Amino acid sequence: MADPVLAVHNISKSFGALKASDNVTLDLMPGEVHALIGPNGAGKSTLIKQIAGGLTPDEGRVELLGRDVTGLSTAARAQAGLSRTFQISALAMGYTPLENVMLGAVGQSGGVFRFFRPVMKDKMLLERAWQALKRVGLEENAHAMTSELSHGQRRQLEVAVALTLKPKAFIMDEPMAGMGAEGSKRLTDFLHTLKEEAPILLVEHDMDAVFALADRISVLVYGKIIATGSVDDIRNHPEVRTAYLGEEDAA
Amino acid sequence: MIRERYINAVILALMVIIPIAALWMDEPFTITLATKAVILALAAVGLNLALGQGGLVSFGHAAYFGVGGYAMGILASHAQNYTPLMEVPFLIEGTNQMPVIWLVAVVASALLALVIGALSLRTSGVYFIMVTLAFGQMLYYFAISWPAYGGEDGLSIYVRNEFPGLNTLVPIQFFGLCFAVLCVVLFMVHRLNQSPFGLALMGAHQNEERARTVGINVTRLRLVAFVISGAITGLAGALFADLNRFVSPVMFDWHTSGQIMIFIILGGVARLCGPLAGASLYIILEHYLGGLSEYWQIYLGLILLFVVLFAKGGIVGGLARKEVRHG
Repeated sequence: MADPVLAVHNISKSFGALKASDNVTLDLMPGEVHALIGPNGAGKSTLIKQIAGGLTPDEGRVELLGRDVTGLSTAARAQAGLSRTFQISALAMGYTPLENVMLGAVGQSGGVFRFFRPVMKDKMLLERAWQALKRVGLEENAHAMTSELSHGQRRQLEVAVALTLKPKAFIMDEPMAGMGAEGSKRLTDFLHTLKEEAPILLVEHDMDAVFALADRISVLVYGKIIATGSVDDIRNHPEVRTAYLGEEDAA
Repeated sequence: MIRERYINAVILALMVIIPIAALWMDEPFTITLATKAVILALAAVGLNLALGQGGLVSFGHAAYFGVGGYAMGILASHAQNYTPLMEVPFLIEGTNQMPVIWLVAVVASALLALVIGALSLRTSGVYFIMVTLAFGQMLYYFAISWPAYGGEDGLSIYVRNEFPGLNTLVPIQFFGLCFAVLCVVLFMVHRLNQSPFGLALMGAHQNEERARTVGINVTRLRLVAFVISGAITGLAGALFADLNRFVSPVMFDWHTSGQIMIFIILGGVARLCGPLAGASLYIILEHYLGGLSEYWQIYLGLILLFVVLFAKGGIVGGLARKEVRHG
């Protein structure tokens, strides 16, 4: 069996009496989409923050390609190859989409401390930025103002920025949120091709998308992973049905 | 709408034409006022990099302005008294050469900005404003209580320092020198805005989380911007001291920090030539309104209020309208 790209070992995190993450272990294998589902307040966001950076676990560790990244900052993890998209679009609203993806390309290239050459004439970075925009289908909006993009287009741009990082693993926090059926379908198809490039840890509420995309699913309830398995395993898992899917979904 | 680059050209042209006209009409005082505007604009160009592009509201930029001023005052006072600055472990003498003074001013204020920035960038928002203010005031009281260089009374330099090939005591020549320095700095800031560093700095200002998630060390990025910003304001401080041939703790005072900030708000935050427009307007108001009434700052306050409430982009922003961004 191949080595996991991303491995989370026994992570625990408490806020006072609340155990937000309770001995969580999960991994992300090459070429797969691993979906993380769970009811509101299950600790998904807390877990994502501990994996992508911004929150240090009390116990346990996170490994990227066998390298311990638990102590690294968000920026250092991004440099190491973790690419994250946000549930609520985190974009530079005063920039154009092209400038947003350029920001990603600049960050990934590590060449932030260059002060004199115009960045918008850097052929290598531009090529990478345009490629990312084209892949999500935003090249026609490249010079619009990001704040004027529609919600769905912002979601696409969010993914485009993640692409510029040439990551080893994607962490996507509800990429379909508020996208509408058609946009959601298109993004699902796109992510299906993307997973060959780098595996995706997907947090998503849209169950249609999860069942269509995921190779494996982990269910998080009260900070604990109660089940991990294939789509069918999860669909038929009795604990999952009561805790999360609800009886009407099981019918 | 008018393109910002044309507005910039007009601002720069006016800043040169007015003193040249004054020379022609034999009004040396106007040249001195124009020089003052240029130097204060330079100080604000420095702050604008931190405040405008970086979003770092430093309320303590008087610290760098003052350090630049005292770099000039200390070096020049030793030169005019023929006393060495220090003898052990090696001899350092004073100097009346501007290039040397500028270098010392830039290095000293950059180092100070490195220390203050490293400490204050751990905070953000109102705390950042307060910490930078506190550092500025600390230096102010230090300058007042340090007797070696005039203490509260300040330090007079009797002859303006020299620049190779120029007679700096001729007002128009000193103006030309200051204006040339401003233009060089503006060109460098312009390039910096377009550079990868500028893209990252302004990107982090718009969305810090985004910048971090693409692998940018935001704290280090901001620290570097803060140091460059402080160095520019420090250079302006050295020129300002040379304009007045006098340095005093007032340069460190928080009023000075506030004034520099007002230039930016009047002229246009994060606009390349905003500080120039703001400082010039301020000097014009100070001169004409100040002639009419002792309480001219009431009117300044009203204008400032108008700009903040109704014309957020300041003079340049009001004329150009377009959002600040990469072209």
